[in-house]
Amino acid sequence: MQSFSEIDTTSKRASKAAGFAWGIAEEVGKNMRNLEMFGLPGVKNLNLYFQKIKENPTEKPKKIEKENKPQEKEFCPIHCGTIFLDNCKVLESLKTIKFKNVSYPLLFLPFISRASEIVGKKISVQYGENNFLLNFDKTIFFKNIKNNEVVSLAKEVSIEFLENSNSFSIQEWKELYKLSEKTFVEETESSKKVGAGAGLTDND
Amino acid sequence: MNKPNIKLRDPSIVMKLSRLGSFHQSKLSFLRSFIREFKKWNYKRNLFDLDKNGYGTAVYSFEKNGRNYSLICFAQHIEPYERSDRVIATKWDAAFVLHDGLPTEEDIDRLRDNVPKQEIGRVSCKELTLSRANKSIRAFEHVVDSLSQGNQPNKDLLSKVGYLYRTTAVYGSGKFGLADRFRIKDRKEIYGPFRLEMMLVYLVRQFTFDQVNHIAKSKNPDKAITLDEDIARNLGIGNSTGLGMAPFLVNHPTLLHNWIYCREKALKDIRSIKDVKIDDFNLFKECFNKSKLSIDTWITDSQYQINKIKALKSDLSKFTQYLENECSIKINYLWNKIYVWNADNLGEECIEYIVSMMMEPYDKIIDPLINEMSSEEEKYFNIPTDRKVSDLKVILENNYKSIIKIDFKEKSNTANFWFISKNKEEPRVANRYEEHGSELEQPLAIARDTKLLYERLVKAKPTDTVAEFLFSNEDVRHVVRRAFIVEKFPYSEIQDNTIGTSLVPIDMLRLKLSFFGAVKFDPRSDKWLRINMYQGAPLPHEMKFSSDTWVYNSLH
Repeated sequence: MQSFSEIDTTSKRASKAAGFAWGIAEEVGKNMRNLEMFGLPGVKNLNLYFQKIKENPTEKPKKIEKENKPQEKEFCPIHCGTIFLDNCKVLESLKTIKFKNVSYPLLFLPFISRASEIVGKKISVQYGENNFLLNFDKTIFFKNIKNNEVVSLAKEVSIEFLENSNSFSIQEWKELYKLSEKTFVEETESSKKVGAGAGLTDND
Repeated sequence: MNKPNIKLRDPSIVMKLSRLGSFHQSKLSFLRSFIREFKKWNYKRNLFDLDKNGYGTAVYSFEKNGRNYSLICFAQHIEPYERSDRVIATKWDAAFVLHDGLPTEEDIDRLRDNVPKQEIGRVSCKELTLSRANKSIRAFEHVVDSLSQGNQPNKDLLSKVGYLYRTTAVYGSGKFGLADRFRIKDRKEIYGPFRLEMMLVYLVRQFTFDQVNHIAKSKNPDKAITLDEDIARNLGIGNSTGLGMAPFLVNHPTLLHNWIYCREKALKDIRSIKDVKIDDFNLFKECFNKSKLSIDTWITDSQYQINKIKALKSDLSKFTQYLENECSIKINYLWNKIYVWNADNLGEECIEYIVSMMMEPYDKIIDPLINEMSSEEEKYFNIPTDRKVSDLKVILENNYKSIIKIDFKEKSNTANFWFISKNKEEPRVANRYEEHGSELEQPLAIARDTKLLYERLVKAKPTDTVAEFLFSNEDVRHVVRRAFIVEKFPYSEIQDNTIGTSLVPIDMLRLKLSFFGAVKFDPRSDKWLRINMYQGAPLPHEMKFSSDTWVYNSLH
């Protein structure tokens, strides 16, 4: 088995060899490490993508807006990802963002996962039948992903910044809190007198 | 006397290559901190299955509270023509791997099939570090012959060599499938950097002693004696170190910062001591006087190093006079006075030598720093792209003062390039204008690329965000990342041009090796050197009661 360190280094070098700048190759190395650590087939997708762009170069977005469409070719997932990551604090205000025709969209994912950590919000990503929930770059929940199936082109990648909210009702919270109160002890009069701020007027 | 205004030394002084290449081992060094930590562990030789020629398998372990680390040694026969210390060699006298836990027979069989093969062999995440080594034939054969005849070996010959085996690289952190650091980084016993690499080398040293004793006994069972422990203690493990270490320093900026910062923090804290205690001053003088003796047995054919040693000897003599005539514990802030005098009167090699010595009495200052010497590099990887171009420009102006003045249109300032060799994936440096391959240059020309970044920033709109700047300047992204790291970690960047004609690559190697705790740097060219590790260190059964100043007991 390859170590994550080997995956990082080799992906970085391969990215440089495929024509990316060293600084972007560094991002790809880290991303492949993350994808493989999350159990997603990063190396397989990266390898296929680099083979593809030898014959069919892809396109870098000019900037990212709410709806993004490549002018002639497919979007490069690495450039889309880098620009998304670099601008994620601004893009957050758009709430949902769509990209048409993204080549090997799985390679876009780790950039968005890192953006999730930077903006402090969960992000959901969807393309075709594939759904991902990105949790602050700590985990990626996914469904309909099979390791031996590769999506070489997503007609649309939909990204949504999720507002931080509870996954439970106020009533459920109150019930749990009430139970937690059973660990508290009733305070005596003497202990009330020695608590912080006791015996003072706060109007001084 | 008023309290002097003592600050951390400026990175523009400390991070110059000539200064970094003058560092010496110290109490912060990793092999010394390894012994301080593992002296509390139980040492055991678990397996020693060698034939009469010393070929076979051995296992050594350290155990504490149910946790084990085991060194598995594979010794084999090789023909003399096959013996090469170069990392590109394909066979070695012995190969070693440090295993997490106690190995099963299946583990040993699996590793026997892989570890001696090096690059084409694979290990698993149960293995932590790996190395290979060759015998110093003249020392090894002499010791075996002497012992088998019932005599102890010639000390003069051994002092010239200093070891029985020389390792090449010691690998860790994921290489060849070894465990990634994140799997083990939270174990308290390995908080200090390279601790498991240091463990491997330490146990290899013991294997070399056991092996010579075993071969001598097999050769002449009636007459053979075992190697005298005083002689063994004075032997270390040699190491041939090439350019592989240099890119490591550039590629791990926050780690480099932490090493240097801890050294600088220790120096600042020591200089800030108002009343130096007599015991502490005496310990300093004792270590200093003992260590000076080692300079006379520092043997090298390198004119570069000979000149450095000559200057060091002359400076040490000056300092000795100063110490005897003008230093007393009655003086407030004595260490500061000594440091300031040194900085004004001595060369870099001697200044840093004395800085190392000044740490010796101060466990309370040094010990907490040891745990600060690792780094969580991942935390600082993301570029804060919402910052402004004007911020980035100021960072460069403050942290790369001399770098941004270099004229990279001058050919001499871009004479070299760093690349990875195709045959063994090892870093190399070559002349850009005479050799091919510069189009495949590694991103190690930090000074040149930082200057390019600065020139672009000067022309860019100051109010633009870094994200906007990077959109059309992705070729300098790697140095933008570094600039934001250096803003937080001022000792993370070498303040020199690593591709100019004046580059002495072994300065970079020496910096790293001094932090390892290596001694007797012996440059064999400007691109590789030999060193010795653990010379004078306690033997495993002596560890529990050993003093941390062992390094000065037998440097000579």
